[in-house]
Amino acid sequence: MRRVINGLVIVAILAAVLASFAYLELDLAAVVGSGGPAQMGEYAARFLHPDLSVAHLRAVGQGALETLAMSGMGTLLAMLLGLLLALPAAGRFGWPLQGAARLLLNALRAIPELVWAALTVLAAGLGPNAGTLALALHTAGVLGRLFAEALENAPPEPAAAIRLQGGSQVAAFCFGTLPNLWPQLLAYSLYRWENNIRMASVLGFVGAGGLGQMLYATLSLFQEAQASTVIIAMLLLVLLVDALSDVLRQRFVRA
Amino acid sequence: MSIRVQGASVRHGQVQALSAVDLLIGQGERVAIIGPSGAGKSSLLHLMGTAVPPSDGRLELLGEQPWALSARARQRLRARVGLVHQAPPLPPRQRVVTAVLAGRLGQWGTLRGLLNLIHPGDVPGARAALAELGMADKLFAQCGQLSGGQLQRVGIARALYQRPEVLLTDEPVSAMDPVLADHSLALLNRHAQAHGVTLVASLHAVELALAYFPRIVGIRAGQVAFDCPAAAVSEAMLDALYANEQLASPVAATASLQVQIPRC
Amino acid sequence: MLSTDQRDPAAIPRVLLTLLCLALLWPGLHLSELDPGVLLQAENRQQMAGFVSAFWPPAHDAGFLDLLFTATVQTLAVATAGMTLALLLAVPASLLASRALSLRAASNGGRLEPLSRAARLPVRGVLIFLRSVPEIVWALLFVRAVGLGPTAGVLAIAITYSGMLGKVYAEIFESVDQRPAHALLQAGSSRLSAFLYGTLPEAASEVVSYTVYRWECAVRASVVMGFVGAGGLGQQIDLSMRMFAGAEVVSMLLTFLLLVVLADLLSRFLRGRLA
Repeated sequence: MRRVINGLVIVAILAAVLASFAYLELDLAAVVGSGGPAQMGEYAARFLHPDLSVAHLRAVGQGALETLAMSGMGTLLAMLLGLLLALPAAGRFGWPLQGAARLLLNALRAIPELVWAALTVLAAGLGPNAGTLALALHTAGVLGRLFAEALENAPPEPAAAIRLQGGSQVAAFCFGTLPNLWPQLLAYSLYRWENNIRMASVLGFVGAGGLGQMLYATLSLFQEAQASTVIIAMLLLVLLVDALSDVLRQRFVRA
Repeated sequence: MSIRVQGASVRHGQVQALSAVDLLIGQGERVAIIGPSGAGKSSLLHLMGTAVPPSDGRLELLGEQPWALSARARQRLRARVGLVHQAPPLPPRQRVVTAVLAGRLGQWGTLRGLLNLIHPGDVPGARAALAELGMADKLFAQCGQLSGGQLQRVGIARALYQRPEVLLTDEPVSAMDPVLADHSLALLNRHAQAHGVTLVASLHAVELALAYFPRIVGIRAGQVAFDCPAAAVSEAMLDALYANEQLASPVAATASLQVQIPRC
Repeated sequence: MLSTDQRDPAAIPRVLLTLLCLALLWPGLHLSELDPGVLLQAENRQQMAGFVSAFWPPAHDAGFLDLLFTATVQTLAVATAGMTLALLLAVPASLLASRALSLRAASNGGRLEPLSRAARLPVRGVLIFLRSVPEIVWALLFVRAVGLGPTAGVLAIAITYSGMLGKVYAEIFESVDQRPAHALLQAGSSRLSAFLYGTLPEAASEVVSYTVYRWECAVRASVVMGFVGAGGLGQQIDLSMRMFAGAEVVSMLLTFLLLVVLADLLSRFLRGRLA
């Protein structure tokens, strides 16, 4: 019986794949077949000579710094916001607040960064501020949920012991719960930062500043050489943040 | 009168841990609580330490009824009572110095407590408390790197640093070797005598209880079996107390850091 | 003696770390022009309020629902087709990149020589490159190359996810017990059959589980990629947003949520069944 169902599942998957290709009427033949590759190759070749003039490099460097700042500040703001929301969401202040906080976190998390960016650009105008806020809002939802789970799973005994010897709620939280919790919070935040540097470099597509805005502009103007430099900068930025976050993880989380 | 327990019962869910216990402990008295595993030694200590409210009867601590007080006043009262846990609940990532300083969180204001988290303010005080237990070299180690016996000593150091008027210790030496256990119990008793502190200790080892404590309370099945000076404890009383004892030792689970990172 | 006695060995690193953080915070704030207060300014608040007040009721006339359905199906189709193409690229790439199928290692007690390592570097580098450029950038490039529409989305997912899948597959192959495959290689079988008989049986369930999981991610990604013109729900959201049609935006966001939840359920079901 199980074999039959598994077989049916596999057949259904294959059918879904075929249906997808049929529905999209993908003309892969045109992409791969006659003329296609030559055209694609020609297009790709225009990216092979990145513009390395000083003026452009300076502009790209500025954009890269802006992107880095957006991702960092967005993640930092999200950590604060997430922790603020995680405390009620973990049920520290009673169930009515718990429900409300969870609903808010889910709403923040459900809307993708790019949609948030479109909204914040509407509200705060073009520029990196909008991008930072968009990242912070979405990431606060993600981190808030992860933090709340971590809080719920944290062992209660150390904090209870502090309460028992007369410490206040705040002291019990800081001395009993936080020491075990913060490496976990840091690990989650670093993981989101790695994610956010990728997002920060594309939020510019909707006008939220950083390298994305440059890439969008240069591609619209068919300046492939300049665009190529921007893409290389993005790549370096992503690899840099991955490495940095790995170092921080080794140093503070696994210690 | 330091501690006054009157007809107090404690119930954990369906299990009746203590039933109608009466106990009077005077200022500066040193009392050992002995009895088989599961008799209710820990429950009695937790009751006296206001960790659990009595389901029946009443408890008077340092002249006040903790469960009739406001939450704030109860916290103030708790700051005057120290409880040493059998497996001290210390966060593995916390440093020993911070864990010891945390003993005085009840006396300190919140702000001072937070400052001590960032930078330990009273290193000599913490070092002195640890040095008496031969642990001064571990001052800046992380709690997670210590053995069970070392953790117990940190727990004792924390309670000593707290300078409570009533010191309750739940199996304080269960994970130590005999020499250390002797040393630690002697230290606790010296401290109690020097400062007029009321000391109550539950102990597995009868010979340690008889050697160090003038007054012995035997607990069996949630009730006081006997309560008399150490000299009056006879072989027959002990045999009755430990009849049909089952061999069981509680296992303390240690939590390890687990970070599950979603990939999408 | 007393002064060293009182010193906290962690104090100096902590002070330095704090100073470093502060030194980084200032340019960070400056560069990101962070100012949450902007959201609360009266003028901006009015604009937002106007947009948000159009959210209710969500658009639900027949013509719009038809459009919504088409866009949703297109999103799913893009994700599925993209994943299939990614799979076709990722499987051979992972075989080339994985150290599990090294003949030299098999006849060398499982130790890998620098030469065998170096031989696998180019494929690994390509995989890193493919997945390090965000999928939406690939989508933007393909939109320029093949025009607006779902084809660009399919190709972008195929490229990015082949990088991710290839890397993870290679790691999975390396993480299972190497001895069965090595035994087969030493017995003179070809690499492919050693892989099929020695490695795949153990790795299969993890591979399937990860693939299904990635499909779920691809559904989200294909929505987001619509914002640069790669078809599906994202493109419609972008259009409605540009027209300030709040009711339509809300309908589509709700659809997106539903889609994500359903994809999550389906992915869980498939992982339970197949893995």
